[in-house]
Amino acid sequence: MYVAVKGGEKAIANAHRWMADRRRGARDQRELEVSQVQQQLGLAVDRVMAEASLYDPELAALALKQASGDTVEAVFLLRAYRTTLPRLAETLPVDTGAMRIERRISATFKDVPGGQVLGPTYDYTHRLLDFMLLAGVEVETDTPAPQGAEEGLEACPQILDCLNHEGLIEREEDDGSEPYDITRDPPDFPVDRATRLQMLARGDEGYLLALGYSTQRGYGRNHPFAGEIRQGAVEVEIEVEGFDGPVCVGEIAMSECQMINQFAGSGDTAPQFTRGYGLAFGRNERKTMAMALVDRALRAEELGEPIQSPAQQAEFVLAHADSVEASGFVSHLKLPHYVDFQSELELIRRLRREHAERTAATAEAVSDTQAASARPAPGDGDKADPEKTQAKNVQENVR
Amino acid sequence: MNTAIDSGYNFAYLDEQTKRMIRRALLKAVAIPGYQVPFGGREMPMPYGWGTGGMQLTASVLGADDTLKVIDQGADDTTNAVSIRAFFERVAGVETTTATAQASVIQTRHRIPEKTLRADQILIFQVPIPEPLRFIEPSEEETRVMHALEEYGVMHVKLYEDIAHHGHIATTYAYPVKVDGRYVMDPSPIPKFDNPKLHMSEALMLFGAGREKRLYAIPPHTRVESLDFEDHPFEIQAWDEPCAICGATDSYLDEVIIDDQGARMFVCSDTDYCNSRSEEKA
Repeated sequence: MYVAVKGGEKAIANAHRWMADRRRGARDQRELEVSQVQQQLGLAVDRVMAEASLYDPELAALALKQASGDTVEAVFLLRAYRTTLPRLAETLPVDTGAMRIERRISATFKDVPGGQVLGPTYDYTHRLLDFMLLAGVEVETDTPAPQGAEEGLEACPQILDCLNHEGLIEREEDDGSEPYDITRDPPDFPVDRATRLQMLARGDEGYLLALGYSTQRGYGRNHPFAGEIRQGAVEVEIEVEGFDGPVCVGEIAMSECQMINQFAGSGDTAPQFTRGYGLAFGRNERKTMAMALVDRALRAEELGEPIQSPAQQAEFVLAHADSVEASGFVSHLKLPHYVDFQSELELIRRLRREHAERTAATAEAVSDTQAASARPAPGDGDKADPEKTQAKNVQENVR
Repeated sequence: MNTAIDSGYNFAYLDEQTKRMIRRALLKAVAIPGYQVPFGGREMPMPYGWGTGGMQLTASVLGADDTLKVIDQGADDTTNAVSIRAFFERVAGVETTTATAQASVIQTRHRIPEKTLRADQILIFQVPIPEPLRFIEPSEEETRVMHALEEYGVMHVKLYEDIAHHGHIATTYAYPVKVDGRYVMDPSPIPKFDNPKLHMSEALMLFGAGREKRLYAIPPHTRVESLDFEDHPFEIQAWDEPCAICGATDSYLDEVIIDDQGARMFVCSDTDYCNSRSEEKA
């Protein structure tokens, strides 16, 4: 009997075998190849890379396969792998202004130098299930290759820089300080913007989406315009001893969103548009837009705005953004808590016993004095105090 | 038990630089008993909340000649204890044991072994929420200031409110303690039954919170007092019956429901304690 509440090595091993079997699915189906995931579930791969903070499409695809398509689990797998990697070099800041543009749109200007480039997108598709895909029609015959432009794109300067010339938008400047590294150093609240952006960049997309959305619905509204959204490849460069200039070590796909938000200004400074910024690995447009909204909301204190809404509270937003941390702590509730629960059982039994004794004593006292007068019963200290009960629940849930 | 060390990883999984960083933080923690030291916690291949803080501390202090014991809820054979022990067998190849007396390093979740620990042993706790003031003040920025100013009145108010509402202090585990007369500390969710074992312990006690990236320590022979009031002194749980297996009356008991009519038995939560007592009797 006693043994029944304990788990064993054998049980764990069998559970993992069963899960592996589930992952593989019916054996008469061909096994999914990692390269297929990488090629054909590219947006899932990109999300995993962004939230794991590791640019490796092949391993992200492997993580997705191994996790049976569970994004949060895949992010965790890739993140755990990431920690074991040596740090060989530090790259120079990527220049998104020099991005090899694949998609680039602005909601603030009809036309911009370099032009609007729609690029690959699900925008403007009618969300009708395509039953041809279900029928498994051969791709080669039914999915034509996209038609490219005859000539290459002109240079695409950052649109916000155009506003910069007029001084209409606040200028972002590199103060040259060494950024804090959230993967090496413990968080130390309050944190600066560079640190916040790092934390948001690996934050859970769903969480950022909800928070960003909340700012649009009035909880910390910041009047955003999508100044520019761009996607494409950027060069990654490092300094190498013995070489004069920086050396390009490869290209990675990135998404960037620059939000233009309502003014700041004071007696000393003229009114200016402010910015919210989003950046992520791969094609992660929704994520970068949400990130930009939240980044701007978190600048409330710096810009002298009242902090009244969840999306503006830095510690709240940042401490709960990481899906690896969040899912770990929520899932730990599955671990045994017999010991703590036993303590609570012991206490609640005692409290109930005492309550019963008091109730009995009170009833006796009332019946004794019934003849004398209809005096109200002595103060009852056991009435449930809603506030107290709530606080207790919170504590229980957290442990 | 000495299975071959997994060759792809450094001894005890973490790289030496990370271990050194953690050991430095541990030295600071030992120097300031009960103070939460921020450390650059790493991702572990187990989920946050499942003991990653304890594991990083274990990995940092473990040597090749150590003998490791891992318990969860006092037992060596609960699933997560099994998993963590298997992990260190795999990545460190150290000896493991279930016998408290034979272990040099013990990683634990939610219990302190019943058998008194010695000076040559280290007890490492897994900590979910290191901040004892967290449920009174959710902001880390605020609680750090409160610790700095020794602003602990709110904690006593909370305990007083318990008494006003229930007639008792309604905290039964993770019961706050004051360490060396200075820092109020969360002893991790051990039952308050175990709190007295923290006081003047011979063994070094280390606490690791992986997700929150904090660690702290109680060095040997340190005063550790559970918060209370003169008229409501701290007291520990007691049971009306002894352990159904070994007959112990001095150990923490788990309640086991044995049929669908609500019948139950009480047995030691510390399996090694229970087994060794049963063997002695036999």
